Amino acid sequence: MNDSAPEAIADAPGGVVWALRDAANEATRHLRAVPRSPELLVFSALQPIMFVVLFRYVFGGSIEIPGMSYAQYLVPGIFAQTVLFGSAFTGVGIAEDMSKGFVDRLRSLPISPAAVLLGRTFSDLVRNILTFVIMLGVAFLVDFRFQGGLVRGLAATALLLAFSYSFSWIQALIGLSVKSVEAANSAGFIWMFPLTFVSSAFVQTDKMVSAFRWFAEINPFTIVTNASRALYSGTDPGDTVWQSLLWALGITVVFSTLSVRKFLATSN
Amino acid sequence: MPLVEVSGLTRSFGDTNALAGLDFEVERGTVLGMLGPNGAGKTTAVRILTTLLRPNAGTALIDGINVATEPRRIRTRIGLTGQYAAVDERLTARENLQLIGRFFRMNKADSRERAAELLAKFRLEEAGDRVVSGFSGGMRRRLDISMSLVARPIVLFLDEPTTGLDPRSRMEMWDLIDELTADGMTTLLTTQYLDEADRLADQILVIDHGRGIATGTADELKDRVGGARVSFDVGDAAPEAVLAGIGELRSALGEPFTADGAFVVPVRPGTTAPQVMRSLMSAGIDVVDFELQRPTLDDVFLTLTGRPAEEVVADE
Repeated sequence: MNDSAPEAIADAPGGVVWALRDAANEATRHLRAVPRSPELLVFSALQPIMFVVLFRYVFGGSIEIPGMSYAQYLVPGIFAQTVLFGSAFTGVGIAEDMSKGFVDRLRSLPISPAAVLLGRTFSDLVRNILTFVIMLGVAFLVDFRFQGGLVRGLAATALLLAFSYSFSWIQALIGLSVKSVEAANSAGFIWMFPLTFVSSAFVQTDKMVSAFRWFAEINPFTIVTNASRALYSGTDPGDTVWQSLLWALGITVVFSTLSVRKFLATSN
Repeated sequence: MPLVEVSGLTRSFGDTNALAGLDFEVERGTVLGMLGPNGAGKTTAVRILTTLLRPNAGTALIDGINVATEPRRIRTRIGLTGQYAAVDERLTARENLQLIGRFFRMNKADSRERAAELLAKFRLEEAGDRVVSGFSGGMRRRLDISMSLVARPIVLFLDEPTTGLDPRSRMEMWDLIDELTADGMTTLLTTQYLDEADRLADQILVIDHGRGIATGTADELKDRVGGARVSFDVGDAAPEAVLAGIGELRSALGEPFTADGAFVVPVRPGTTAPQVMRSLMSAGIDVVDFELQRPTLDDVFLTLTGRPAEEVVADE
């Protein structure tokens, strides 16, 4: 069979190590673009900054939170919402690569299919961290503090990022399933508004209408917001930390499996 | 043994049979031009051969390797340039090329060297470190093709490589493909244009509704279609006078007919348009307008199927 081949061709090696290297190369592709359009980062931080200012200074005067300043209550909620919205980059980016034929190019290369999605979600995590740094600066300006100390503050931040990373996989599935970048944008964002607003992020859940209150209290977004808020403020998070981690892990496992399967099956 | 062997390839999308038993072969070092209208199944065939799509039935072998069962081995051996320039606009041309090299398991030094080589070969050296979003359509296509060649594939797939390009970029692309195939690159290209297949391909496969309906060299196909025609407007001159004017050339021409008020005469190989022009003028016929018409995809279809090329909208 091979005697007529022009030269011996080594088959590309596979395995986990190569898959991780492929993912790193793919992540580098996206991260190279970040410093080339810094305005994208600024814009993704702009909306949460506006929210901080609006809620803190416009609504904040009418909102009483027992035992805590409104800034201290609000900022973890805005952080949580920001990183969650940041996950939508994943879906939009994938839809863009699909519409431009780049996904076809990647699928015709001898690389691990999981690596493409892994690289994408990882680069969006890094982008989310950069947005977070900008947000943190603004939060300190409105008198938000790591009242629980630096270690708990960092733990709270890591928890939020882990949660948003799991949502990147939901967005990946959306990006792979829709037919255009615009659709990925709408489909990626629309459900995140009720998810983040019907929660404990902006106000306490106990004064909500009963149906909303019921949803707000089982909402994983409420759980992760409460967990990070407790850690930032130095109060007892109760069961919320491990519950948040469980949610993040569950969502990651389910949606990464579905996304990789979808990626392999695209147009098959 | 042919490098690419396809037999009985079938693929449907819902109720649409995109491929309905396609057979063809591509010999080493040759260019096969797959010619057909939109929706004839060209892209579906390319997608199956490049492992992006699985066939419902039939087999496709590249260098004896089954495309459907060993996609990973196929992927180290092929280069694909699709209908859209699949380049990352946010990166420089060099970064795009190095990225592909890294994906093919080259080390940093090798991928850098290969990128520099390809930038030079594709006249992108000067623009190599510029971000691709500022590139012209022609430059993008050149980069796109060069990205397909990073790992020195044994067969190159070009899916409508000149669609959407302006005439000048189209000519440049033809020259570029000529250079590649002069180096002995085995190539499968798809096109909707007979002149493109004529210019670039050693063998042409005409496909229609997912099936090959004719195959041969460009000259063989053109012979079947009847080759070129001249069309001329003779103003008020009487048809008899025109026929008399063509005179002794009559035997070298096909049966004349009129279309849109103009005389159309098929030209057999060996006769040139200027000869027809000269004989008309020496007969004192006042030629108002004179045009050489080359056969198009429509003519090929008209001859082979008795109907013009029709687009099938639902491809995939």
